[in-house]
Amino acid sequence: MTAAVQFTGVSRHYGDVRAVDEIDLEIQPGEFFAMLGPSGSGKTTCLRLIAGFEQPTAGHIEIFGETAEGVPPYRRHVNTVFQDYALFPHMNVVENVAYGLMIAGASKAEQRARAEEALEMVKLAGYGERRPGQLSGGQRQRVALARAIVNRPKVLLLDEPLGALDLKLREAMQEELKDLQRKLGITFVFVTHDQGEALSMADRVAVFNDGKVMQVADPRELYERPRSRFVADFVGSSNVLSPEFAAQVAGRRMWASLRPEAVRLGRPGAGRVDARCVSLSYQGATTRASVVAGDQRLTVVGADLAVATGDRVSLTWDDEAVHPLGDPVE
Amino acid sequence: MRSSSESRAPLSLKVAATAGLLFLHLPILLIFVYAFTTEEKSYQWPPPGLTLDWLGVTWNRPDVWEALKLSLQVASISTVVALILGTLCAAAVSRSRFFGRETISLLVILPIALPGIITGIALRSAFAVGDIPFSFWTIVMGHATFCIVVVYNNAVARFRRMGGSLIEASYDLGANSFQTFRYVILPNISTALLAGGMLAFALSFDEVIVTTFTAGQQQTLPIWMLEELVRPRQRPVTNVVAMVVAIATFLPILGAYYLTREHNDNPASR
Amino acid sequence: MTTTVIDPPGRDFWGRASDVLWRTPRLLLFLMLTPPLMWLGVVYLGSLFALLAHSFFSIDEYSGLIRYELTLKSYAELFRAANLDIIIRTLTMAASVSVAAAVIAFPIAYFAARYARGRWKAAFYIGVMLPLWSSYLVKIYAWKLVLAKEGILNWLFSIFHLEWFLNLILATPVIGGNSLSFSYIGTFLVFVYVWLPFMILPIQAALERVPSNLLDASADLGAEPGQTFKKVILPLAFPGVIAGSIFTFSLTMGDYIVPQIIGTSRLFIGQAVYTQQGTAGNIPLAAAFSVVPIIIMGFYLWMAKRKGAFDAL
Repeated sequence: MTAAVQFTGVSRHYGDVRAVDEIDLEIQPGEFFAMLGPSGSGKTTCLRLIAGFEQPTAGHIEIFGETAEGVPPYRRHVNTVFQDYALFPHMNVVENVAYGLMIAGASKAEQRARAEEALEMVKLAGYGERRPGQLSGGQRQRVALARAIVNRPKVLLLDEPLGALDLKLREAMQEELKDLQRKLGITFVFVTHDQGEALSMADRVAVFNDGKVMQVADPRELYERPRSRFVADFVGSSNVLSPEFAAQVAGRRMWASLRPEAVRLGRPGAGRVDARCVSLSYQGATTRASVVAGDQRLTVVGADLAVATGDRVSLTWDDEAVHPLGDPVE
Repeated sequence: MRSSSESRAPLSLKVAATAGLLFLHLPILLIFVYAFTTEEKSYQWPPPGLTLDWLGVTWNRPDVWEALKLSLQVASISTVVALILGTLCAAAVSRSRFFGRETISLLVILPIALPGIITGIALRSAFAVGDIPFSFWTIVMGHATFCIVVVYNNAVARFRRMGGSLIEASYDLGANSFQTFRYVILPNISTALLAGGMLAFALSFDEVIVTTFTAGQQQTLPIWMLEELVRPRQRPVTNVVAMVVAIATFLPILGAYYLTREHNDNPASR
Repeated sequence: MTTTVIDPPGRDFWGRASDVLWRTPRLLLFLMLTPPLMWLGVVYLGSLFALLAHSFFSIDEYSGLIRYELTLKSYAELFRAANLDIIIRTLTMAASVSVAAAVIAFPIAYFAARYARGRWKAAFYIGVMLPLWSSYLVKIYAWKLVLAKEGILNWLFSIFHLEWFLNLILATPVIGGNSLSFSYIGTFLVFVYVWLPFMILPIQAALERVPSNLLDASADLGAEPGQTFKKVILPLAFPGVIAGSIFTFSLTMGDYIVPQIIGTSRLFIGQAVYTQQGTAGNIPLAAAFSVVPIIIMGFYLWMAKRKGAFDAL
């Protein structure tokens, strides 16, 4: 099956800066794909490469099998929901949403009908006559969404769509976006720096760092079996075991990951290694404890941790819980 | 700067501020009175009597009409030229990063930053070198040069507030460069252009310093007034003309104010 | 909807032109910049350089024609007593006008920035904008009426039996004169009046930029209103004063109309430039005279930039 988006050896250089460095990527049709990474990692540049606002300095981009380099954004059937929504202030909501249709030459009647349909899909029916200045942040975002999907693009790009919303709104929108994507069946590609968001919404996630893709996997695999220290650090709050510590507790010098939920606390001497609890953080359903064993700091998460700050404890885990990471050991 | 603790101004400050403001406006209002005085030979105060006759006399003076016509023509053409060139320059400076960008921003400010007399004789000596005779077009060239600055300032401010993502959004939705200009860029800068154009018109209509150097034999309204100031013919006629000019510049200024103010209260994008 | 993902290149002129422009952004930049730069660069800058070039030539005393040989003679002319007088006179006037304008403008700007709200704020804004943009000549003319011997100012003095005061002022050496209309005081008053709005606006802008919590913090730390004013507000407003003075100084230095209409027959730089290039035909000397304000303003701007006045513009 043709990939929705295919990057082959794509690079984007700005002089000496390699924003995107020889990336290979394959996004499947109909999937909800996330590009996750810290700022400056190249994820936004990749999004803009798909949209057409940037051109690759090397490599090949294909959208549903058709070559995309050298093609301006207005000739691609790809639409973007911008980070700052970019709603046209001089038009009302309906005119904003129908803009793409107007440019394509659709009749006024068709513009109106399809715009209303799109607004209903984003739960903003009836807001057509308002102006962007009269809407709240969340409403503006829905308008931006409607404006993009009304054109029935093959690929929908979202640039940090939930960054400006407060927590409750963000969680509500996450569900809505997933619903929408399932209903429309189009390929969603969204960019975020929030790993919780990426893991909860996406079918597959690509983790970016420094212009390169560190790992592409579904959320579960990313969380349970990170392939490098960076991914382990960035994605989950997985503990990263130093080679010295791993040699001590697992018999091998290697970088390894160990999830906080997999660690159990016991009385000193009764586990694999002893440690001291240095801080506790109550999170509601769980408690987070930070413990130190020699030079190694570990986070332990559990529902009922019977420990106080300053206590000496022992740590235990199952063998399978320790995963080797790909980073080289000097 | 507003302190929550002190919301009432001290009386002395209020008095000083109001006095200052009155100082700014009273002299011009005085002209309005002088336009109706019966005394013809001097600026006697209080006016011995009031009459409407001078309005009629001014209406019948052909030199006043000639000067007015020339001023309007020069102002219109200079404004149009300034609108085109000023907007092009503002678009280039605010939208792209290029070598020499800072220099160009400085260059555009120069015609207003340097004293008018320098602009005046610079242009005059240039015309002398190029053997260009004084004409309507030399006046326009002088005016357009500083009108560009006014339009440029307004346009640049508006471009900066517009933000680049609007243009990208338009591209993204299928509009090419020209459609984007027509449907997105132009509507968004139109009020700024209108305001800049009005201010440029007012500036050109009133300009005298550069004009004396580029006009040759012709008289724009300000030059006519300058002549009357130095060698008065009929003082009340000058008063009437001054009053009309004061009222005429009042309107575009007010208009430009309301145009640029509306946008300040209505941020439409995040 | 179409089945392709990528549309073919534009079929009509606009579509194809757009593709070309998008592919070569530099072309668009070039098209946008060339006309204005042609105008400003060639017409304006060109003539400016022509003028400055002339200052390095000189005029032949006998033939009255310009001798196109490089020389500093015209600059040397500037140091002749009469010309030096002109320069000093202009600079003194410019400085005093700036100071007076700052003093008068400050209460207005302060009130508008700090206490004016809603309708009052709009009123003050228009109240300053209108004189700023209204006709320069009308403003001078208005003062000619006010200062005339038979005009309103003299009438006011006589009503309050203050003629003796007026005569005292006019009798002051140097700045006095025959009547207000023909004295330095008159010139000074008109200059202050005409440039006042240029001083008010930057000061107001600078004052408005002072965050209100600074005033609260100052009060919180024990300062009385007077101390807060002297130690917090005034220093923060100072760049605005400097910015305003750039205008007043520069405008006064180059002006030749105000002294011509209201003043003594002694010349200012602007008038000197005007007469030299006019009847005297001595363009090199006129050019040399114009270089003076350019250099002074260049220096002034550099000093102002260091003091942060440009942020207040």
